[in-house]
Amino acid sequence: MKNAITPIPTDEPILRVHDLCKYYPIYSKGLVKRKSGEVRACHKVTFDLRPGETLGLVGESGSGKTTTGRAILRAITPTSGSVLFHHNGKTVDLARMPAGELKPLRQKMQMIFQDPFGSLNPRMTVQQIVAEPLRIHRLAKGSELDDRVVQMLERVGVRPEYRTRYPHAFSGGQRQRIGIARALVMQPSLIVCDEAVSALDVSVQAQVVNLLAELQQEFGLTYLFIAHDLSVVKHICDRVAVMYAGRIVELADTEQLFGDPKHPYTKALLSAVPQPDPDVPMNFELGGEVADLTRLPPGCAFAPRCGECMDVCREKTPQLLTHEGRHVACHLYEG
Amino acid sequence: MSKTAQSNHTTQAAPVKTDSDTVLEVDGLRTYFRTHEGEVRAVDGVSFKMKRGSILAIVGESGCGKSVTAYSILRLIQPPGKIVGGRVTLRPVGEEPIEITALGEKDERLYHVRGGLAAMIFQEPMSALSPVHTVGNQIMEAIFIHQKVTKQQAQQLAEEMLSKVGIPNAAVRLKQYPHELSGGMRQRVVIAMALVCRPQLLIADEPTTALDVTIQAQIMQLMKGLQSELGTGVMLITHDLGVVAQLAEEVAVMYLGRIVEKGSMRTIIKKPRHPYTMALLQSLPSLHARNQKLPSIKGSVPALTRIPSGCPFHPRCEHAQAGRCDVGGPPPLEQLDPDGVGHEVACLRVHEIGPTLKAQAPS
Ligand SMILES: Nc1ncnc2c1ncn2[C@@H]1O[C@H](COP(=O)(O)OP(=O)(O)OP(=O)(O)O)[C@@H](O)[C@H]1O
Ligand SMILES: Nc1ncnc2c1ncn2[C@@H]1O[C@H](COP(=O)(O)OP(=O)(O)OP(=O)(O)O)[C@@H](O)[C@H]1O
Ligand SMILES: [Mg+2]
Ligand SMILES: [Mg+2]
Repeated sequence: MKNAITPIPTDEPILRVHDLCKYYPIYSKGLVKRKSGEVRACHKVTFDLRPGETLGLVGESGSGKTTTGRAILRAITPTSGSVLFHHNGKTVDLARMPAGELKPLRQKMQMIFQDPFGSLNPRMTVQQIVAEPLRIHRLAKGSELDDRVVQMLERVGVRPEYRTRYPHAFSGGQRQRIGIARALVMQPSLIVCDEAVSALDVSVQAQVVNLLAELQQEFGLTYLFIAHDLSVVKHICDRVAVMYAGRIVELADTEQLFGDPKHPYTKALLSAVPQPDPDVPMNFELGGEVADLTRLPPGCAFAPRCGECMDVCREKTPQLLTHEGRHVACHLYEG
Repeated sequence: MSKTAQSNHTTQAAPVKTDSDTVLEVDGLRTYFRTHEGEVRAVDGVSFKMKRGSILAIVGESGCGKSVTAYSILRLIQPPGKIVGGRVTLRPVGEEPIEITALGEKDERLYHVRGGLAAMIFQEPMSALSPVHTVGNQIMEAIFIHQKVTKQQAQQLAEEMLSKVGIPNAAVRLKQYPHELSGGMRQRVVIAMALVCRPQLLIADEPTTALDVTIQAQIMQLMKGLQSELGTGVMLITHDLGVVAQLAEEVAVMYLGRIVEKGSMRTIIKKPRHPYTMALLQSLPSLHARNQKLPSIKGSVPALTRIPSGCPFHPRCEHAQAGRCDVGGPPPLEQLDPDGVGHEVACLRVHEIGPTLKAQAPS
């Protein structure tokens, strides 16, 4: 069948996301709060994750990457769709599970948050922050707990002797690594890394990226890796999904995506990467307005900025179709 | 002499000294934190000058003191931190130079500096935004501090600025709270708040980390525009060497609270001479094949309470020589080409090592 993502025959996916949607209401201000519209932050997102795989999620700022990651982990309740999580020989739908039954699964799924400042409790020491999930799930206590915290901090490059400090006494990149330690200490099987290495200089970033790869080999970890830094994505992801205005517009193997991008937005994105070389000038090709999720045009959301826009693009929303083994949502590749 | 200069000063100043084209001068700045583990020397003798209308990039390993330098310049250091030495002087156009480090905590000139002459884009947007006020109110607040405008005008300005930083449908967005925006939108709100002040000095601490490359390019254009239109001097803290190569004119490389190399952007990117800078450039992921282990600089960053003797980088340096690099105090910055653009390196062995950076191969 052409219009469904072909299931990967090899091993059973650890995660199957199908038609996942998350809409936020927009209210008009007035004496009475009235809903005046909605933001379709995540719309009909569909993909599979195989165990031990790293799937990159890239795209325009505000296109719904964080929303997708949070909806998958049920940090927010999806509007519709399903998230089938395969664990211990059982498959459960995270999207529809009663909140009370989620707790035992939570230790297997972790999120590294985009904003370390906002996600670390300022009144807890680093020791308490990293130990908290272990304590809540009663996975360790006493000296074993301390050992695991110290070990984890060391591995992310935060000096363990600083663990009695509070988050504000660290630099931005150090705080980010504390968030990473908190997620990794649980030895989860699925991690959503939301801009997990964005505040790190290239050398420390290399150290953390290597650590993520090591843990993946050791424990078969699966990552959903949300990032803006395309060179890091290219380096560690097996496949990459590109989001634009709440939808996945392209999904392909990393090599294919970077070597031969299909969707016009993907092409524009890849060509705008600033090179660390002053002799390679910057490309400002992509003009037009940033996608406005509060009032999307009919048809393809990228049409107003697309150099290859056709009539049909302004009328009909393209679906994510399989075309010669590639998944692209663009009328150029239909029919 | 401009009117603003007079209205902002109580003293009848003599003709204003705007001789130099320097907007900011930092001289021997030292900022320490007193902690249980000892004295954290976060910034330990940093000196640089910033030209009007130029962009200076500050790069360096996470935790090396970039943000603390920025906070110190605006006197935003909180206890247990303290500026223990050095001088920061701001030279606004048409006004008396302001020695920021000499001002009392309640001095109105300090508010003048923070409220309009200088603006900062904070590294973590949520640290600069209030969760309980709409972003519109927060941007308008920034406008009211330094501009006498009506509420409608402020609203208009805020809307314009939001669309300039790439947030469409600004009228709706202004009514939202920070948690209703995406990470990159929050970052752009903070950028908008800094830019509406039309500052003479802009300190941008990792301003584009949460942005995709196309919006990042748009923001970079905006900062360039500000720099050429107003002559704003931009201090750009970033670890994205692509941004550095596209935007900066000069680069200062920091390691453990000090500047270890300084020069024109082209020199630093193409012909760095300090072993730390060379190692940093070697860690770029684009230089390495997929799934290959990335080279990170060996060893870990030493504790700031126990900075190694001699050259602070020597325990991690592949060129370090025992008995030479590990003794005495840190090596001073040495001028490499006295009559050129100015390339300074703090390495005792700089003349022996020579440039060893391998040819760059961007993806
Ligand atoms: N709690 C919320 N309430 C209302 N709208 C929200 C909320 N969270 C996100 N949104 C909206 O959903 C859209 C997508 O946001 P999201 O944070 O998922 O983007 P993102 O792709 O992660 O962007 P970035 O790269 O900037 O982090 C945005 O338009 C945002 O304003
Ligand atoms: N309140 C504090 N108490 C103790 N140490 C502190 C405090 N604030 C900052 N530091 C230390 O000062 C050093 C410099 O911090 P700074 O935030 O300037 O780093 P940075 O260069 O901006 O790093 P990053 O790239 O990670 O943001 C860090 O090692 C940090 O741990
Ligand atoms: Mg996000
Ligand atoms: Mg910082």
